[in-house]
Order: sequence, then structure tokens, then C-alpha cells
Amino acid sequence: MKITVDEDKCCGAGQCALIAPEVFDQRDEDGVVVLLDAAPGEEHHGAVRESAQVCPAAAITVDEDA
Amino acid sequence: MTDTAATNTADLPEYPAPRDAACPFDPAPAARAEQAAGALRRVRMPTGQAVWLVTGHAEQRTLLGDARLSSDVTNENYPLPVDRPRPEESSVGFILMDDPEHARLRRMVASPFTVKRVQALRPAVQRIVDERIDAMLAGPNRADLVQDFALPVPSLVICELLGVPYADYDFFQRNSAAVINRDTPLPDRDAAMGALFSYLAGLVDDKAGSPADDVLSGLAQRVRDGEIDRNEAAKIGVLLLIAGHETTANMIALGTVALLEHPAQLERVREGDEATVASAVEELLRYLTVIQSGLRRVALEDIEVAGETIRAGDGVLLGLELGNRDARVFEDPDTLDVHRGARNHSAFGFGVHQCLGQQLARMELQVAYGTLYKRIPSLKLAVDAAELPFKHDGQVYGVYELPVTW
Repeated sequence: MKITVDEDKCCGAGQCALIAPEVFDQRDEDGVVVLLDAAPGEEHHGAVRESAQVCPAAAITVDEDA
Repeated sequence: MTDTAATNTADLPEYPAPRDAACPFDPAPAARAEQAAGALRRVRMPTGQAVWLVTGHAEQRTLLGDARLSSDVTNENYPLPVDRPRPEESSVGFILMDDPEHARLRRMVASPFTVKRVQALRPAVQRIVDERIDAMLAGPNRADLVQDFALPVPSLVICELLGVPYADYDFFQRNSAAVINRDTPLPDRDAAMGALFSYLAGLVDDKAGSPADDVLSGLAQRVRDGEIDRNEAAKIGVLLLIAGHETTANMIALGTVALLEHPAQLERVREGDEATVASAVEELLRYLTVIQSGLRRVALEDIEVAGETIRAGDGVLLGLELGNRDARVFEDPDTLDVHRGARNHSAFGFGVHQCLGQQLARMELQVAYGTLYKRIPSLKLAVDAAELPFKHDGQVYGVYELPVTW
């Protein structure tokens, strides 16, 4: 799994940082997503998929085959 | 198209429609009938404007994530909730604007609402909640849970975050209540909005001279740096003050009514661990969806969705309370089940306008629900539920009063 985030799209809702805090964080100054781990271990895949699904700005892309 | 359509809308169903008094937690039966008929329906607003009502969860998410739907209140076709002259600018900061200006302003005030900052605030919220419960328990064993608990808790928190003196609570609560009531006569609503604007503008001026660690001081600094003007700063302050306390207050009170009416669910919350309480918060957000009049948008281009074509210039309402009862997404959607784990609800909206304060709201609700029923296990309604004054006329649903005893 390979994750990319689009900082320009991100609206700082914080859903990803809530659901997968080992993978996503937020910049303190404006809440924009910070990707902590672009290729997380399998134990995080479920939470990453949910994060991408509920991201209101579609700012998270998950490549399952990478 | 609105001018010609307005003369032909008499036969369309009205939205919003009245709820069934016997089912105060459920969406209006007429709106449910439209949902049963399709994901996209034509309805008539109170202004007479014919608009699309989006009833499906998936369709709402698709459309709220589509930049071809605009939130720009100055667009000549943007659906206004009441008959009034078209505003020349948004009166409540960035929520009635589009990107990129929306994103620029929103990011200026996002910092206190991140997951980490909100978690750091949890002990302070716990203290506020405990103090309000202490005060209730010290008095006679009867209270109005709205005035004594549901409103003060989020109001104290947002005052602290923004840098608004809580001593002014009566003033700003009275005016924000007038602003969000659908039936407030227009001149009164404008006067209330004007009073809040002047008040926040004055606070921004004060903070410029004596800054503190709060949102209004940050905005005052940006005014001084020329990033925004005083007018914009004050409007963002109005938005955060209203949104920061009315919504959560209604969820605390209405959620308590719902749980008292579903004792087995209440028992699970009272006996549950933190994860159970967090799950209950998501389910109550879904089940109650207090934003009850639909999110409003206008199409900038033709958009194909669910076999229909939304034309450029068409108004669109997203009925969140309907999408959150969509049986295609939520099994047995009309059942309150605190173990459902319903994190994919749309109670905070969707798209780039999704609620900026949602993590704060979640935490406040977790602390409020997680503490109140444990500390007052015999809490019960002091009147019959049917006698409660539900906010049928509010942009935000809830109860005006909640007499309880224990």
C-alpha cells in the first residue's frame, strides 16, 4: 500500500488523524494533513482505507498495489 | 430560472416539512416520502424557489465533494432560506464562500480545532462539565438541562478558545438564538446579526491592543499584518461563536432526550468505556442530525447525478437528516444503536465545508454524555416527552427547555 495526500485539497477536518493517528497528523498552524508514513504496515491498512473513505475533501489517495 | 420556476412551483412538496410530533427524532414524514421516491427530488422552499432535494447518502457525498456546486451566497441563484434581498457578501465568514478564498480564511482559524489540540483540551472540558453537574446537584433536584448544562458547557469552551468574555453570555446567546431561528422576523434577525458583528469587531479591536493566546487575538494580528480586514475578522468571529455553541448544546440536550427515551441504550452509555461512549456520540450524531433544513448550494455547471441533470443555476438542498437514515448505507436506519459504529455519517456535512469544529464537538459530547449519566444515574424527564418544546422552527434542531429531575 502506498499513500499520497494532497495538501491543497485538505480542509483540516482531522478525520484521518482521528482514525489513523500513526499514519496521519495535522500541521499545528492550519490543520492541514501531515503524512507520517506513506507505506504503513498491514495492521494500519483498514484504518487508512476508512480515512480515505471519510475524508471530506478527497485529499487521500491509496494505491493498494504499490 | 428561478423567476419562471417560482410561478410553477405550487404543486411541488415543501421542504423543510413538519416532523410528526409522535416521532420527534425522525425526519419529517413528507421528506421521508420524497426520499422513498428517489435520491433527487424537486421541492419548493419557503421562499417559493424550486430546488433539488438530495435525499441519498451517496449522492449527497458525491455532490458535496463536487466543486461545481457553490456555497457563494452572492450568486443570484443561491437558495436563500427566507425571502430577503440578496446579500452583497457573506455575513458569517467563510461558510458562504467558495475556494480558494474559503480555504484561505478557514485555515487562518483551524489551529485550535486539530485532533491534538482538542485532545489537550479534554481535561479542561471535563472540569467544566463536572462543575456544572456539581452546581446542579447542589441545588433542588430539578433543573432545566438546557440552561444549566447543555448551553453553558460548549459556551464556556468556545469563549475560552475565541477569547470572548463568558460574562457576555446572555447577550450573545440571545442574539445567536434569534439568528438561527427560522421564524425570527427579518429585521430582528438582521439586528441580532448586527449586534453580534459589532460586538466581535470590538473584541478584535481590543485584542489588537492586548493580545492573548486565543483565536480573536490571532485574527487581530492578521488584521494588523494586512492579511484580512477587520470586517472579515469580525464575521469569522461571529461564525465561530454561533457554530461553536448552538450546535453542540442542541446535541447534548437532544441526545439526552433520545437516550432517556431509549433506556437500554442509555444503560450502555452509562456502563460503557470510552470507546463505547465515542461510538454512541457518532450514532447520536447520525440519528439526530440536528442540522435539519438542508445544506444549500447552487450549481455552477450542469451536473449529472442519479440519472438526473442538475442544470447550471439550479439550487440544491442536501437533506443531511435524510442521508443519515439511508437504508442503503445504514442497516435498520431508524433504530438508535450506540454500538453501530457509524463513523460514515454526514452530520457534520461533507466536502471542503465539512464542520471545522467537529473534533471539538465530538470531544465535548464524549465528555458530556460520558459524565452526566454516570454522575446522575437516576436522571429522568420531569415532564412527559410529548410536552417538550422541540425546535421545529430552528435551523438547528433540539429542545428549548429540558426539565429533568433525579
